[in-house]
Amino acid sequence: MLELIVISTLNGVLFGMLLFLLSSGLTVIFSMMGVLNFAHASFYMLGAFFGYQLSKWVGFWPALVLAPLLVGAIGMAVERYGLRNTHRHGHVAELLLTFGLAFAIEEIVSMIWGKSPVDYRVPAALDFPAFTVFSTNYPAYKIFMLAVSIAIFVALLIVLKKTRVGLIVQAALTHPNMVGHLGHNVGRVFMLVFGVGSALAGLAGVIAGPSLVTQSDMASLLGPILFVVIVFGGLGSLPGAFIASLLIGLIQTFAVALNGSLASAFGPLDPSLGPSVLTDIWNVTIAQIAPILPYVLLVLMLIFRPMGLLGARES
Amino acid sequence: MTRSGMIPAIEIKSVQKNFGSVSIIRDLNLSVAKGERHAIIGPNGAGKSTTFNLISGHIKPSSGEIRLNGDVISGLRPFEINRRGLSRSFQVTNVFAHMTVWENVRCAVLWATGHRYAFWKNVDNLPVVKQRTAEILDDIHLTHRRDVPAGLLTYAEQRELEIGVTIAGGASVVLLDEPTAGMSHAETERAVSLIRRLTENRTLVIVEHDMSVVFGIADRISVLVYGQIIASGTPEEIRGNRQVKEAYLGEEAR
Amino acid sequence: MSEAPTAPRPAAQTPSGGRAGFYAIWLIAAAALIVLPLIFSSGGSLTSFSLIGIAIVFALSYNILLGQTGLLSFGHAVQYGLGGFLAVHVMNAVASYNWPLPLPLIPLAGGIGGLAFAIVIGWVMTKRAGTVFAMISLGIGELVASSSLILRSVFGGEAGITTDRTALPHVFGWTFGSQLQVYYLIAFWTMISAIAMYALTRTPLGRICNAVRDNPERVEFIGYDPHVVRYLAYGFSGFFAGVAGGLAAINFEIANSAYLGATQSGLVLFAAFIGGTSHFFGPILGAIVVTYLQLDLTDLTTVWQLYFGIIFIGIVMFAPGGIAGLLMMHRPLIRAGTLGTVIPSYLVAALPTLALALGVILSIETVARYTSSEGDGNVINLLGVPFNATAPTTWLAAAVLVIGGFLIARLSWRRVAEAWDRAATSARDRGYLA
Repeated sequence: MLELIVISTLNGVLFGMLLFLLSSGLTVIFSMMGVLNFAHASFYMLGAFFGYQLSKWVGFWPALVLAPLLVGAIGMAVERYGLRNTHRHGHVAELLLTFGLAFAIEEIVSMIWGKSPVDYRVPAALDFPAFTVFSTNYPAYKIFMLAVSIAIFVALLIVLKKTRVGLIVQAALTHPNMVGHLGHNVGRVFMLVFGVGSALAGLAGVIAGPSLVTQSDMASLLGPILFVVIVFGGLGSLPGAFIASLLIGLIQTFAVALNGSLASAFGPLDPSLGPSVLTDIWNVTIAQIAPILPYVLLVLMLIFRPMGLLGARES
Repeated sequence: MTRSGMIPAIEIKSVQKNFGSVSIIRDLNLSVAKGERHAIIGPNGAGKSTTFNLISGHIKPSSGEIRLNGDVISGLRPFEINRRGLSRSFQVTNVFAHMTVWENVRCAVLWATGHRYAFWKNVDNLPVVKQRTAEILDDIHLTHRRDVPAGLLTYAEQRELEIGVTIAGGASVVLLDEPTAGMSHAETERAVSLIRRLTENRTLVIVEHDMSVVFGIADRISVLVYGQIIASGTPEEIRGNRQVKEAYLGEEAR
Repeated sequence: MSEAPTAPRPAAQTPSGGRAGFYAIWLIAAAALIVLPLIFSSGGSLTSFSLIGIAIVFALSYNILLGQTGLLSFGHAVQYGLGGFLAVHVMNAVASYNWPLPLPLIPLAGGIGGLAFAIVIGWVMTKRAGTVFAMISLGIGELVASSSLILRSVFGGEAGITTDRTALPHVFGWTFGSQLQVYYLIAFWTMISAIAMYALTRTPLGRICNAVRDNPERVEFIGYDPHVVRYLAYGFSGFFAGVAGGLAAINFEIANSAYLGATQSGLVLFAAFIGGTSHFFGPILGAIVVTYLQLDLTDLTTVWQLYFGIIFIGIVMFAPGGIAGLLMMHRPLIRAGTLGTVIPSYLVAALPTLALALGVILSIETVARYTSSEGDGNVINLLGVPFNATAPTTWLAAAVLVIGGFLIARLSWRRVAEAWDRAATSARDRGYLA
């Protein structure tokens, strides 16, 4: 039991950090540009697939650097040629553009790599157990993922708080119009922010790919959860996104690990009661409802606190 | 100061509004009598729009109370306040850009004529609504532009439509936020006579920078500086007030 | 000055021709629906028409949210699916318990299913609008779709729940076993749903929905609570989506979790948007186009969904008013008689644009066949010309078409814009506003 808790906590934090890597980029892009990038999870997926393909050609470590750069370049192109032109038609049009993009990217990926999972392997250098918790070996690769996530997190913090670019981004988080008035080349800043955000998503994909399944439906599985994190934490709030990411990461991981159900706790229902909604709910295991838990949280948050945990800015 | 025994149309008592640690509005006290035409003037950033937002319910006071015709309205939602008889216009033109001029005014008339959320009546077959809309269009001299989408009007026409939409619902208290901003001299004169005509028998509170408009319309004037009213009185009193001259008008009032 | 509205609504009264013209359009539509299966009587056509009818009701219901009230939903399939499931359960109950409920009334059950869900969840959902509403609709959509696999007794798991539409009491000797009879049922419901939804736009609620879409802040200052307005719109939209779901349940005699899924939500969004959300008839066009694309493209290529995505992106970027918006844009030119000056430049621009499109198609198909593990064959038939996917000449042709087509198309469209400018200006001078 203790083992379960420790392992799940580690995995939960890992998943949470991954979610935060993704949601932080999404939050900054949203706060600065007012665009909720539907294709953000798609960039994550592109990172994983580019990582896979580049690993096969030049090895994992070069891929770790190249793949995010590629994804970032694609992101910048999307901003420059896509979003910038749609901007004058309003936020709905921008959102729909990213939606169409997400759709198209998924189709292109499944066209090129197929719909089955690809064999994206953990690099040999990291393919060993880091330590043993009770009877389970905890893979070193996961520690590597955790380390990279934390390093990025710290780097983000430093950039935001200590550098000039970071100050501009912080200012734009609450007053995007002013940033333009202050004489900064807003177009270039946007392109940069979008590119960096996308590159971060791509990086998350490169490192998560070997550990999670790399498949063409990655984006559509992770995308909605990402948006739940954003809305739950409060749109436009980085600290909110951080808390929400960890929370949802932990909840989901624990839920998947638990096989309990009402039936296992209280015994089966009287078999003469035929199949019904009651028996369905009675017999379902926590692991089976794990995928929908984030959405349940979303509905609850909406009912009790519609602006999210730390949200302040109206969209 | 109110006439003894008469409830003021608008009463603001010791209102304070903080944004974070900054007090935009500090200890604001204002009283507007029924039927009065009251102008609020002051330098930019003094908090005039914030005051309007506080009265109309867009934001809540941090402390203090606001009353409309004696009833407390601070803390109510804007539409609740509107239904109690207060209506406002906006500094940045705020009409329904994709709807025609006719439809803009008609929408403003619907609630007051009791149709609310009706989904079983054809809106083209409501004679009272039609008549009221036509009257208001006539009042604001935009009947000849009734089928033009509001977003395609000239700037001055949009401002006039804005005023029309504001009074269409029959509100007894009207707030106008810089209605003549950006208008030429001729357009301003037209707007002023329009405002005077439309606000007979109503209470008007108007924020303005153009002193000719202020002195031409207002019965009483209040001067707002750094979130506080530093003077309140008739136009002559204000013109002669030394504090006001220093803070805002300069040595010569236009 | 502020940006001009992209696709202004037609004048409050009627299109050119007055009231008579207005009623004529509806009568012609009704007549067409009745006569259509007599002209195209093959089974395939009847199926297509039935699918289009369902899609029209679904897309129109979606536009109550998007085009009318400004609410973008990524989870509209939920109301559709729940309507379908309720319809299926009611049909099975009617057959089991011999209720006197004939099939033509079943879509009403579908409507109730969609409406019930909208009533329960709608108040909370419509608290926020804009981007947040869109995200929430996505989450709720996923929630319901996932829950449907858990609640097997109601939703039948992966297999879904089947039914038999001929087991209900017969009406005038109609068993509804044949596709022809089902078509007429669907056509009837499509007609009255469209009329009802159009009528809704002419009510006080419908007008205020438009106001909420344009300027929710202002709406509060004319006495309306935008939350209530959105909630009511959400309810109506849910009802008609449920009707569409019920019609689908009747047509396919099954309801399964695909009804509720993200793909279905995406398709109705495509249909409404491609057709055009600013005009009532836009989603009708979009439903027709999307249904035919779906039916025909799947035979031609394995990656038809990619084409959908590209078309959608194209519309969002270059024609956000949709097909309806594009058509209506030309109305003042037609009335002023200046359309003729623009047509030549259209024709000139058509050629490089077509080349660009062909090049893109060729590229996509080449990549698709190249990477496909199935024996799709390597030959692409483009306008009757066979291209071998593995041949470098094919790749060269694709590159030339794409790059050349793009460069020339850009120039030619600039000329179209100039011609348009001239035509629109002279139209305005003659008093016909854009």
